[in-house]
Amino acid sequence: MNDLRKDSNRSLLNIDKLSISFGGLRAVSNFSMKMERKDLAGLIGPNGAGKTTIFNMLTGVYRPQEGEIRLEDISLIGLPPYKINRLGVARTFQNIRLFNDLSVLDNVKIAYQYRGRYSWDKAILRSKTYHQKEKEIDDWSKEILAIFSLQDKAGEMAKNLPYGAQRRLEIARALVGKPKLLLLDEPAAGMNPQETKDLMNLVKKIREKFDLTILLIEHDMSFVMSICEKITVLDYGQTIAEGIPAEIKNNPRVIQAYLGGEAPNA
Amino acid sequence: MKTMKNDSSTLKNYLLPLGLGLLVLINLFLALEFLGIEIIDRYYKGILILMQINIILAVSLNLINGVTGMLSLGHAGFMAVGAYTSSLLSIFLSNMNLPEVILFPLVLCAGGLLAAVMGLAIGIPTLRLRGDYLAIATLGFGEIIRVVLLNLDITRGARGLPGIPNYTNLWWAQFFMVLSVMIIWNITASNHGRAFVAIRENEIAAEAMGVNTTYYKVSSFVIGAFFAGVAGGLFAHHLGFISPKSFEFMKSVEILLMVVLGGLGSLTGSVVAAIVLTGLPEFLRFLQSYRMVIYSLTLVLLMIYRPQGLFGRHEANADLLKAWFNKGHGRSGGGKGDE
Repeated sequence: MNDLRKDSNRSLLNIDKLSISFGGLRAVSNFSMKMERKDLAGLIGPNGAGKTTIFNMLTGVYRPQEGEIRLEDISLIGLPPYKINRLGVARTFQNIRLFNDLSVLDNVKIAYQYRGRYSWDKAILRSKTYHQKEKEIDDWSKEILAIFSLQDKAGEMAKNLPYGAQRRLEIARALVGKPKLLLLDEPAAGMNPQETKDLMNLVKKIREKFDLTILLIEHDMSFVMSICEKITVLDYGQTIAEGIPAEIKNNPRVIQAYLGGEAPNA
Repeated sequence: MKTMKNDSSTLKNYLLPLGLGLLVLINLFLALEFLGIEIIDRYYKGILILMQINIILAVSLNLINGVTGMLSLGHAGFMAVGAYTSSLLSIFLSNMNLPEVILFPLVLCAGGLLAAVMGLAIGIPTLRLRGDYLAIATLGFGEIIRVVLLNLDITRGARGLPGIPNYTNLWWAQFFMVLSVMIIWNITASNHGRAFVAIRENEIAAEAMGVNTTYYKVSSFVIGAFFAGVAGGLFAHHLGFISPKSFEFMKSVEILLMVVLGGLGSLTGSVVAAIVLTGLPEFLRFLQSYRMVIYSLTLVLLMIYRPQGLFGRHEANADLLKAWFNKGHGRSGGGKGDE
């Protein structure tokens, strides 16, 4: 009982002094961050600031040279991406990476591959478990698609979806494995104002529905400012500011990073 | 809005018109023969057996090349391992007086298992390679197997291995063919099959979605190798004599041809292509010396007009056949989008 309470008090994600260099370039240095359950935080910064690199370290694509990442009590350092995903960290990609030649439904089903698993012999013999599990996978995938208003497109090939729907499908695919932490890499990129607005509502909705902790990278400032409760600003791999949107908006270092030192030309 | 279903219901759709039709026909022949009415002679039976063996080979290679998207050129190597293992076993065990019903499946499985072990042994180090590099590595592996067989004492080297009992008949061949195709089909239609396909479509995304890509790449390779080994065993017990020459690089190419012609990723395509490519050279015998010219020309024309193979990535089912007859063939092949 006592353990359980301690458990719910602990923060979900603990990033401590994370650093990585590529050759001579220090892409991220001493990045620290803490996320509590149901936090919705934003990671912003000019191009090349190291935002996606942080995502790649969190998901095991890159191994940080220094520092520690803890999800609850488990260290994520050195784990391969698939294991980190199974522990409850899911992501989307800046440049959409769908399974292009597969149906929308299959795209989602694949991401439930681990949770809906059953052994080889059950697959080969088509046992009762196979049918039960396949039904579970099918039902749950369709439920997720419905939340993202993609249920009518379930049979279409992912590559034939319009851009906005592809972005939504990527989030749906990330969510189907029931992650604790969702990393969104520029979810609103390339969307028109209406689509961006819809996306905002969607992000809020899934966070409530799934008790989700969300960390997102975004260049659309109106999106970040209106949705995130906490924002971290990166520049040249270093944290230059941290705080609530109102503080970030007026922080001189942030303005300088975005607009340049002397000659502002945005 | 056209949708391509890929759930288990298509199994029934495809099996009934295609596979069952052929099997019923073969079994009718066999039943009549049992009653003393011989319709097909040894020659045609031989072709039918080769068709079944080639179906196993093509479908198992398709699991590796088409479904999982790893270009492998060493399938004849696995076939050779299975062929030699099972042949040697049945020669050694022949004086133990085991009934054929037990002995034959046993030696075939042993051959398949050793081929699978070989698949594991070369899969683990080479599967981190991709595309062309993997192709070269597997090609090299196939050649290594052949050269080893050429130099071992137990395999009698280039003289070949004679005196293999002729256990393979049409019954056995179709039994193992149906079994292999069913197993591979069920695997691809399962959760594990989705993992294979995810690797083909986008390895980075698959890994990020929790798919253990290394495990599944090796699994695909091992399963494919197992069935190639079984097919090799059937082949050896059909001919009664094997030599390393039977498993040269061109044999791998021949199997790959069936897979590509049928459509990478389409198991039914592989079945049809294996039947066509085994039957075509025999069918064209009346052309005598022009036979291989026509055969090659057919392949070239098919690749020009249907570069994605007969079925592309789709499985043949009632819907697809209907659409195909109504519309001609207007579906796009679709390249891999991984930019």
